[in-house]
Amino acid sequence: MHILACIKQTPATSNVQIDPKTGTLKREGMAAAINPFDEYAIEEAVRIKEKVPNTVVSVLTMGPPQAEESLRDAISRGCDQAFHLCDRAFAGADTYATSYALQMGIRKIETVTQKKVDLILCGKQTNDGELDIPNAAYVKKVEEINETMIRVWRMMEDGADLIELPLPALIAVVKEINEPRVPSLRGKMAAKKAVIPRWTAQDIEADKTKIGLGGSPTIVASSFNPPPRIGGVKIGGATAEEKAKNLVAKLLEMKLI
Amino acid sequence: MNYFLTEEQQAIQETAREIAQKKIKPVREHYDVSEEYPWPIVEELRKADLFGVYFPTQYGGLGGAGFELCLVVEEISRVCGGTALTIACTALCAFPIILFGTPKQKEKYLPDLASGKRLGAFTITEPEAGSDATATSCKAKKEGDYYVLNGTKNFCSNGNAAEIYTLFASTNPARGPRGLSAFIVEKGTPGFSMGKKEVKMGIRASPTYELNFDNCKVPAENFLGGEGHGLSVAQGTFDISRPGVAAQALGIAQGALDEALNYARMRKQFGQSVLSFQSSQHMAADMATQIEAARSLLYSVTRAMDKDLLAAEALSEKSGKTVYEELKKVSSKRWTKYSAMVKLFCSDVAMKVTTDAVQLCGGIGYMRDFPVEKYMRDAKITQIYEGTNQIQRNEIGYALIKELAKG
Repeated sequence: MHILACIKQTPATSNVQIDPKTGTLKREGMAAAINPFDEYAIEEAVRIKEKVPNTVVSVLTMGPPQAEESLRDAISRGCDQAFHLCDRAFAGADTYATSYALQMGIRKIETVTQKKVDLILCGKQTNDGELDIPNAAYVKKVEEINETMIRVWRMMEDGADLIELPLPALIAVVKEINEPRVPSLRGKMAAKKAVIPRWTAQDIEADKTKIGLGGSPTIVASSFNPPPRIGGVKIGGATAEEKAKNLVAKLLEMKLI
Repeated sequence: MNYFLTEEQQAIQETAREIAQKKIKPVREHYDVSEEYPWPIVEELRKADLFGVYFPTQYGGLGGAGFELCLVVEEISRVCGGTALTIACTALCAFPIILFGTPKQKEKYLPDLASGKRLGAFTITEPEAGSDATATSCKAKKEGDYYVLNGTKNFCSNGNAAEIYTLFASTNPARGPRGLSAFIVEKGTPGFSMGKKEVKMGIRASPTYELNFDNCKVPAENFLGGEGHGLSVAQGTFDISRPGVAAQALGIAQGALDEALNYARMRKQFGQSVLSFQSSQHMAADMATQIEAARSLLYSVTRAMDKDLLAAEALSEKSGKTVYEELKKVSSKRWTKYSAMVKLFCSDVAMKVTTDAVQLCGGIGYMRDFPVEKYMRDAKITQIYEGTNQIQRNEIGYALIKELAKG
């Protein structure tokens, strides 16, 4: 089985400053790391590899030259090989242009490794659904996997769905799925030695009009930090009945009923 | 401070530190209180390859030696001195096999110990044979292809968690110390059972058990070293293994200082930080200086020992002789004096520093819900096991006299 984890590099903090002038993220001088959500995708890929014989885990990212560090980190966590899409032409891509580039990257990986990708894993806050294959987001558990299908638990607001997808498929995982391991010593040694191919838009035969800022239909009008949420109102009462009464009174007061 | 670690040693230190901080620190209190075995932590250590740092590569290790083991034990002990024994006790089981094992024994046992698949323990102490290991009353009688063990061992660290044990028993009681022999015993051998579990002051994440042997038949091929050579197996092992205890002590001392400094800086009395008082600073300065001196001694001795040990391991692979035989050829002197000094110094520093750490924190330092008192409880054992510090002083004194006699 060939599993591909799609990851990205993000600042090693959730407290990112936004440049008020340009509306873009201030990345200068920030320590970078694997997007925390993608660590769960990598861990799950490696766990499947440990369960299913003859499984290879590839990892793919698109980003500036320093993103290679996150690919090496992924190898130290148990991935077998890494691929890097790196070209100024990819810069400024929105989700649509990113998905297209990743799609072309995946094709190239399949050509180079001569192994069709059976399963794509990514973190919660990345969704690359341009592949025309079955997909499931918010996956919190892999119930069963074999050469032809994967059965997963998908988190829903009111519970969880158990769904089965034929392979190849894409799943986006949530942090409840596992607890990522600390990179192993052998992994770290392998990561240091790994040769990571760096591909340009031309290398993956991408259509220039579909990538980067030019290929992105999204226009960023402005970016801002959302104001913190103001706390809600807690309806008090000693018993359920009393609480219900208080709630009705409150709704009446607000003229909602 | 630059300790001149190689790239590989840095990776070992960082990995051990990351596991200690992320995986062990949040649960250390739980295991200290419950005295449960930290199996989930063992799994993390296995996955990170930390069990294998000091094993030769041909047995599934990473090719390091005592220094690499010390780096791991120090980092884990900095957070929890009890949890560090998962690896340190396995090392105490593995060293006699590395040093005295036949190629067949090494192939059979070392890969599982190096991967952490099976844990190890070392058992020499008996109710009547502590510092005086020659008073061993556990007997091993040869019957055909087996040795039949009868007797009791006690205070066995890693007790019921281990699956492979190096054990010392008398094959010829009439010969006293020259009748002692070493064996590899596997858990599950009929006649081998766990006795009482001890309730301890510190290192409570590590189970200490009494082991009972009742007509326990051990295959003769599990005989370790020559018949009657048990004492030299034990002493040769301690020469190499004592720095592991020193590393545990050093980590405990460093961890206690870390916690005490953080608290003393934050704690306000008389309108200022407790650490701003000169009395506190002098105390902290002494603690930090002793720790640094302990680290220097530990690192320099283990590095010097490893140079000989790694050379002997390489020779042994070619010759098929034991590592210990090759070690005697590589260097005529034994490491007893220096390994005793390291263990003695680091453990005395740990006891002093952890006691002062409690003092520096005042009342909160004495409380169970604050981590500093645990360091003090954990430190005490390092002055006692693998030879009490009185025995270490005997060894050093004996070595000094021997050197004088040689001229």
